[in-house]
Amino acid sequence: MHLATNDAKVIATPIPNDTVTTMTTTAPSDAHSSRVAVLVRPTLWQIFFEFLLIGGISFGGGIVAYERILLIEKRQWLSADSFMATLAISQTMPGLNSVNLALLAGDQLRGTMGALAAALGLMLPGGAFVLMVGVAYSAGGQHPFVNILLAGIAAGATGLLASVTYTIGKRHFVRLKSLFMIVATFVLMSVFKLSLVWVLIVMVPIGLYLYRPGQQP
Amino acid sequence: MSVLLQLALTFGMLSILAVGGGTAVLPEMQTLLAERFNIDHTAFVHIYSIGQLAPGPNMTMVVVFGFQLAGLLGAGVVLLAFFIPSSVLCLSMGRLWQKIGERPWRRAVQNALEPISIGLMCSGVYAVAKAAVVGPLTITLAVATFAVVLLTRVNPVFMILGAGGLGALLMYFFGLR
Repeated sequence: MHLATNDAKVIATPIPNDTVTTMTTTAPSDAHSSRVAVLVRPTLWQIFFEFLLIGGISFGGGIVAYERILLIEKRQWLSADSFMATLAISQTMPGLNSVNLALLAGDQLRGTMGALAAALGLMLPGGAFVLMVGVAYSAGGQHPFVNILLAGIAAGATGLLASVTYTIGKRHFVRLKSLFMIVATFVLMSVFKLSLVWVLIVMVPIGLYLYRPGQQP
Repeated sequence: MSVLLQLALTFGMLSILAVGGGTAVLPEMQTLLAERFNIDHTAFVHIYSIGQLAPGPNMTMVVVFGFQLAGLLGAGVVLLAFFIPSSVLCLSMGRLWQKIGERPWRRAVQNALEPISIGLMCSGVYAVAKAAVVGPLTITLAVATFAVVLLTRVNPVFMILGAGGLGALLMYFFGLR
């Protein structure tokens, strides 16, 4: 997988998709634009509203999947290839994957302002929601019924977090090298109670050595 | 040191350390909030759960800690501190990567960080469970949610709300925990 090195290459990248042929026959005027990686440069408002929509409907996680549908299917703002490359970078860098992906996609579409529009749109609905509920919680959090309701919700949230961890981790739990890294990280963090900085100072060099280029993951 | 400055420093550092996503910093966030700001583990888990109910990125729940400690201004400071450092880093590195193209070492970095972030997520599950799973009822609710989310396509939000409603009734009428 290679990242496009310049705009010309991006425009020349064909989308390996059979809908292209359909579109050439049914809508000749759109045929050219449907074959290039970045089809149309959307306005800042379009970017903002599309990500606002995702931010408002993506209950229960899976935001990256919504972003994938928006970027390569619904609006075709990115080719499948450049989406995968962008996703890989957003997973490598610190920060929330979904927010990083929105930032990088917005940046490719409309520069810094596009990045800002995408990330703000994505976070606004959830941010407003947690703030409203949080204000209510701060005002009435000592009420016994609020406490037992949240106790049940917290138990469910623990199960959800465990299932997300299991889903992301399942192909790593069965590999000796990955399992060693996972257990070592967990032990340093939860048993020896090192601070996160120290856990990373110890584990990142070990990981980089074990997974250096040329090594099987 | 003023609360706002301390909030900015705490969440700014967590932002940069959030390898593999926000969940990786949960255990550290829980520890720091207890040590520096006296937010106990129960309140932490409650606020984390509110985030799980919200649409969009669940970690926007960090603003609630800011609000509790320093009002709306605190919420704003925490939001900026938690999202600006990682965002600036990601954008600048993203642009660099677009220019130089894919390199073997980028894959190596991602491969190295993946199991570390899974290990940190396990610590996150452990930290949240210690505060949230306190008796037979909460164990049952957590395990049921875990199983249903893994085995069915039911939206997790309904499971969490169901756990909240059912749990509240059983706790209220039968005193279960």
